[in-house]
Amino acid sequence: MTLALSHFSAAVVFALFASVVFGITQRNSTLEQVKYGLYCFALFVGGVFVAGWVMALIRR
Amino acid sequence: MAKPIANTKDKPKNAAAAATITKTEPDYPLTTMAIVAPIVGWLIPGGGHFLLKRYGRGALLFISVVAMFLIGLGMQGRIYQPNGGDILDILGFVGDVGSGALYILARIMDWGDVMAANAAADYGKTFLIVAGLLNFIAAADAHHIALGKKP
Repeated sequence: MTLALSHFSAAVVFALFASVVFGITQRNSTLEQVKYGLYCFALFVGGVFVAGWVMALIRR
Repeated sequence: MAKPIANTKDKPKNAAAAATITKTEPDYPLTTMAIVAPIVGWLIPGGGHFLLKRYGRGALLFISVVAMFLIGLGMQGRIYQPNGGDILDILGFVGDVGSGALYILARIMDWGDVMAANAAADYGKTFLIVAGLLNFIAAADAHHIALGKKP
């Protein structure tokens, strides 16, 4: 079976699972874990957009 | 008759020395569970947390690591072997082996034995390595919970 994910969808899936693990392992209480997980997810996805725009501007 | 004057400067030094002498036990003693939990956690993602009765966290870790590993295989990612030779191959192997039983199963079943040269396969390889590295972090977390450093 071959899975065909676009660059963006692969990055979002990666961000989701990595954020879950970071949230659980790097904070103590449940609320802190959720907050930190969301923070990591936002940084991952935000980083994708920033990197995408940087590459698009370089290409011009 | 002169009264003996107490040496106030020595007091804190003596107190610190006394504390050092009486403090023979470590803050977080190494228990059997603190050794077993990370090993189980490495073999089965989230297994260490299950062993420590953190079922919710264990389930989320299991889902995350296994899903990343399976997505990596689905994207035709390569599984590194221990005798890679190249330093980057060795680092890739260290990342992959973090998945524990999943890595062993993949090697037995000959999964990930591909040399596909496309972008998706490259992402797949990264998914496989990161799944293993995240599992190492999860195993270390199980160790800290077993020690009592983390609730």
